[in-house]
Amino acid sequence: MQWVNAIIQGILLGGLYALLAAGLSLMFGVMRIVNLAHGALAILAAYLGLVIVQATGVSPFLALLAVVPIMAAVGYLLQWGVFNRALSMGGLSPLLAAFGLAVVVTRLLQLRFSADLQSLQVGSLSVASITITDQISIGVLPLITFVVGVVVILGLQVFLSKAPLGRAMRAASDDPQTVPLMGIDNRRVYALATAIALATVGVAGMFLGMRGNFNPTYGDAMLIFAFEAVIIGGLGSLWGTLAGGMVLGIAQTVGAQVNPAYGILIGNLVFLAILAFRPTGLMPKAVTT
Amino acid sequence: MSERGVSASEPHSPRTDQNVSDQTVSAHDVHPAVVSRHARVRRATRASWIGLGVAVVLVLVAPIAPYVVDRGIQGSLVTLFSLIVMATMWNLLAGYGGMLSIGQQAYIGIGAYALVYFADTLGLDPFMAVPLAVVVAGVLAYPISFLAFRLSGGYFAIGTWVIAIVIMMIVQQVPAFGGGIGQTFSAFSELTPGRRIAYVYWLSLAGVVLAVLVTYLIMRSRLGLGFTAIRDDAVAAGSLGVRVTRSKRFVFVVAAMGCGLAGAMITANTLRVQPDSIFSVNYSVFMIFIVVIGGLGSIEGPILGAIVFFALQQWLSDLGSWYLLILGVIAILITLLLPRGLWGLISGDGRIRLFPVGYLLSTDKGTPAGSQETFVPSVASSRDSAGM
Repeated sequence: MQWVNAIIQGILLGGLYALLAAGLSLMFGVMRIVNLAHGALAILAAYLGLVIVQATGVSPFLALLAVVPIMAAVGYLLQWGVFNRALSMGGLSPLLAAFGLAVVVTRLLQLRFSADLQSLQVGSLSVASITITDQISIGVLPLITFVVGVVVILGLQVFLSKAPLGRAMRAASDDPQTVPLMGIDNRRVYALATAIALATVGVAGMFLGMRGNFNPTYGDAMLIFAFEAVIIGGLGSLWGTLAGGMVLGIAQTVGAQVNPAYGILIGNLVFLAILAFRPTGLMPKAVTT
Repeated sequence: MSERGVSASEPHSPRTDQNVSDQTVSAHDVHPAVVSRHARVRRATRASWIGLGVAVVLVLVAPIAPYVVDRGIQGSLVTLFSLIVMATMWNLLAGYGGMLSIGQQAYIGIGAYALVYFADTLGLDPFMAVPLAVVVAGVLAYPISFLAFRLSGGYFAIGTWVIAIVIMMIVQQVPAFGGGIGQTFSAFSELTPGRRIAYVYWLSLAGVVLAVLVTYLIMRSRLGLGFTAIRDDAVAAGSLGVRVTRSKRFVFVVAAMGCGLAGAMITANTLRVQPDSIFSVNYSVFMIFIVVIGGLGSIEGPILGAIVFFALQQWLSDLGSWYLLILGVIAILITLLLPRGLWGLISGDGRIRLFPVGYLLSTDKGTPAGSQETFVPSVASSRDSAGM
């Protein structure tokens, strides 16, 4: 029964990882940028939420309404000011700029907030749970996080396939030379894509902060978990990312059930095993660019 | 660059491969046919001969340091040398091989632990243990490369990082390596401190000279020209017969050995290994910032970058967290505004090179000065010669 419980907790944790990974996946899908600052920006969003909650006393859920648009604006400016230029320079420039950004954001947070662990207080919700049997209970907050993760991924999927802007993003990804001929400015499409990606990062960062502790250096682990979810699931597939997040989450919780010190290690080893034996991931998309 | 593109660019048959690469890389074969009768191809400029002279003098003078300067300065120089080795290797990987790794600390840690194992646990002579540690880093990097090469671009970067974390976590679980606490390096403990630091200094000096020399020789070789072509366009290079994956694997292993050497140097200097610090991602941060600031894709850049970085480290050390923040901002600005780094500013159009790895094309016999001379920088040389 402990194991069943561990697997259920792992699935729910996977929802958080998928939520984290969605933005990473989107930026790679549209611009071929692997945003190495992804984790640091998620932690930035959590601190942003913390500042708002502490200043106004509102619930973190209400703070989301401010954090998400702020992160979207940050994304737009970041793409406009840094990544578009780095993209035009080609080579390793986008990666190097993103890497520098990750270090800068992490250090700024350290200077402002120190390395103390923080969390976003959600009151009784943090311990509320739905009891299934004596040994299995589902936390309400992890469940909400999971549902939000699924909704965000579903929303992105619909947006990319149906919305005019989503189609423009796919077009800019497929053929960046032709898209401007159709009267679409790639740079603006890219900036909007990064804005959307960072909006999802804002949501992910807030739920991360509500579910557990964080400090500025947690960004590294968040980047890695998001990346592992993407690769386990298969590049280019958002549903794959959700599946990848769940596999990673299950590996970590089951590993921690074996020995609390092994959780992360087992997660990493499962990732390496997938890389070695099924490098296209669990749900590879047939055609991606 | 799509991932499929890279893998699709493997050469089809060894035979055409050989034929094409002959044309591609041999300056003697290609250039006289391409340019006029009066042109000639040189690989060194006056500046590079002067630079080489200065470098040789520096290397010949450097060994007297233990007789001249105190132990603190020698220790600092060892740190500087280890930074130069790391940055040179990272540049070989990224600047020439096009592989951005955030996981080179894996090999720093492996080199460090292997040194302690060979010298302390097995009781080998420390000067034997260092080369062995370097070999261990290379031997482990070879199978790891098969895993890491499943990924490319930014995902390769994070993948190498995950591998480094996994290696650290495994080392932490091994009681023989001291678990999470680590070990002290005691092979030098019977020496007086002055003698010990002098030995470590000479060892590190030999290490840094070797690392730069090996990189230089690789980049001047046919292999090096292939790497330059891969960095510029892996698909085109592959279609011209450069064995892309094999060349990358070679660079990956060499860079791991260099980082293993740096790890051994650091451990011999600090006398301690501890998983969290020797496998710290900060080493990758240092390497990346050094190379970006100094200049990606040149041999001089990482050396200059390491010196600048080291000076800033001393100067800004009181600022604590501010110091990496400032370096990060500088690195972003240089990436966006000055992609060839500080060395790119100094070398201008590429004429001034201490370690010339490109080709110089003089269009008029006997008058190599002024605008008559066209430098074909290493960036372009592979494409230019191959395309004709």
